[in-house]
Amino acid sequence: MRKLALPIIAAAFASALAITPAWSEEIVIGMAGPITGDLAEFGAQLVRGAEKAVEDINKAGGVLGKQLKLEKGDDQCDPKQAPIVANDLISKGVVFVAGHFCSGSSIPASSVYAEEGILQITPASTNPKFTDEAPSNLTFRTCGRDDQQGDFAGPWVAEKFKGKNVAIVHDKSPYGQGLADLTKAAMNKAGLTEVVYEAITAGEQDYTALVTKMKDSKIDAIYFGGYHPEAALIVKQAREQGLEAPLLSGDALNTLEFATLAGKASDGVMFTNAAEARNLPSAKAVVEEFRAGGYEPEGYTLSTYAAVQVWAAAVAEAGTTDSAKVAETLRGKEWDTVVGKLGFDAKGDLTSAAYVWYVFKDGNYAEAGSM
Amino acid sequence: MSSDVVTFTQQLINGLTLGSVYGLIAIGYTMVYGIIGMINFAHGDIYMIGAFHSLIAILVLGFFGITWVPLALVFVLVFAVGLTALYGWAVERIAYRPLRGSSRLAPLISAIGMSILLQNFVLLAQGARGKPLPHVTEDQFGKVPLFSGDGITAQITHEQIMIILVTIALMIGFTLAIKRTSLGRQQRACEQDMKMAALVGVNIDRTIALTFIMGAALACIAGLMVTLYYGFIDFYIGFVAGIKAFSAAVVGGIGSLPGAMLGGLLIGFIEVFFSGYVSVDYKDVAAFGVLVLVLIFRPTGLLGRPEIEKV
Repeated sequence: MRKLALPIIAAAFASALAITPAWSEEIVIGMAGPITGDLAEFGAQLVRGAEKAVEDINKAGGVLGKQLKLEKGDDQCDPKQAPIVANDLISKGVVFVAGHFCSGSSIPASSVYAEEGILQITPASTNPKFTDEAPSNLTFRTCGRDDQQGDFAGPWVAEKFKGKNVAIVHDKSPYGQGLADLTKAAMNKAGLTEVVYEAITAGEQDYTALVTKMKDSKIDAIYFGGYHPEAALIVKQAREQGLEAPLLSGDALNTLEFATLAGKASDGVMFTNAAEARNLPSAKAVVEEFRAGGYEPEGYTLSTYAAVQVWAAAVAEAGTTDSAKVAETLRGKEWDTVVGKLGFDAKGDLTSAAYVWYVFKDGNYAEAGSM
Repeated sequence: MSSDVVTFTQQLINGLTLGSVYGLIAIGYTMVYGIIGMINFAHGDIYMIGAFHSLIAILVLGFFGITWVPLALVFVLVFAVGLTALYGWAVERIAYRPLRGSSRLAPLISAIGMSILLQNFVLLAQGARGKPLPHVTEDQFGKVPLFSGDGITAQITHEQIMIILVTIALMIGFTLAIKRTSLGRQQRACEQDMKMAALVGVNIDRTIALTFIMGAALACIAGLMVTLYYGFIDFYIGFVAGIKAFSAAVVGGIGSLPGAMLGGLLIGFIEVFFSGYVSVDYKDVAAFGVLVLVLIFRPTGLLGRPEIEKV
């Protein structure tokens, strides 16, 4: 026993040190997303955005005279991991979390944050339930909602493929299914009914049976709700079987990794997302600094930056990090951020979220214009 | 030709390809079970490691600019199969041999541990992101249109032809090897009675090690073909493929080589045809439902022999 005594005492001291961030002159904030796993590409975007925002805020003197400290949590987009990560961040003393990425993670994590009265701003989770069924009024997002996205995509598809055969496919995830169903509803309302409606299992590699089925139904366009690895496999296997129907999807294709995985098959693939923030005058300085550091701030990098930025601005204005007061302040006015002016409604959604189509070409993507 | 026939043929080709891959992996499960009566749960991950080694080999070739297909194929096979076989051997040596003779459950748990270890090793070493096959090879493969009707064409890609032919060749080769060669005779001897085989001079450790090496080599070839066919892999592909292939081995009758192949094709066909004609969402329910039915009516699988109580 005596041999063990010293390490135990040391461990006790170490743990005491770990749980006393209160006396430091720092405010701890959290960031959570899929840092590992097959969506790690997006986790990296969130990390970059949050790190840069914290760095810039600290350089400008911090918040309420204190420096910010960023704690990162990795949920791998696994709904079971999300509450564990949330609790871990809470034990590190965070007062605010920018995250998570997947709707399937953000929603379970939000009830953990709600219990502890921690403010959560997701830069990427678009499922309406995140704010509609929020356990507290402390949830916000700096991205649009799937019904806004679906209302944009659905009528467009209905008009563009009028009288043609459209397939709707999703991956059963809260994000993928939510987006596919809302787009389907908007498309049906605009007068076009899909010919094929199917759900796939994410993480598999063989979707040839689905492709043949769509080929048999003479599909002219595939709308896919889900993430880029499966989208890449489906579009590749479709081209291999000679099915040339364009693949349309949502904001999760917002990464060049899709083009790397799908290769030539990525040409002509379209997805909807908020207007490119990198071109905004408000983002110019930050984007240039990112590029100078050898990183292209694509995807959700800037919306994560904006999430931290808007929180810090609201804290400065409220004069406290108390979540309820900060939330009230956030709803009170429009905020200048890297992604332009953001205003939040009573639920915590953006007051306006405009979507545009993007199209992949030669391994890159760009706004499709009015088309 | 009506479009129904075209679609059916296309689904048949899809099922044959998927089933062949399952079958090749299933052989590894079935051979190990046949000889030492344990389920090697790490086998799916050996397949994943095989896929990674194949990709590494292809990347190395691309680096040196070797694009002559026969030479490239030989190099990839030697490099990837060799290394993966080494993994197969090491897994047996480290995780199973020390436990031989202990309770039946011990190596099983050890196998699950090995599976987690291999998965996380690749996760750490290669990262979590999917690794795409570089596009240098993309143009070397084409497709053969078979026949068309009603505006759609049934076609088979060169990768699919390769997967089916390689599987048939390996299947015949291994069946003959086990029937005709002295190693095969030793394997069959170990399967029947390990103690007796040892008494008549069969080197049991060597035979078992070679069985693991053969299983790993087959899994690696399956991994290579999947890398070429689907074009990208990640550290997690071994899990789903492993479970499907294990089910295939059980349906076919675990311990039986033709059974593994038959089971693989059966699972492949059920998945594809259920997806094609009923629902993609419920294909796994259908595949595992058939597994349950087979086990109820034929507990030893389709081609399995009933276990004789040894006295």
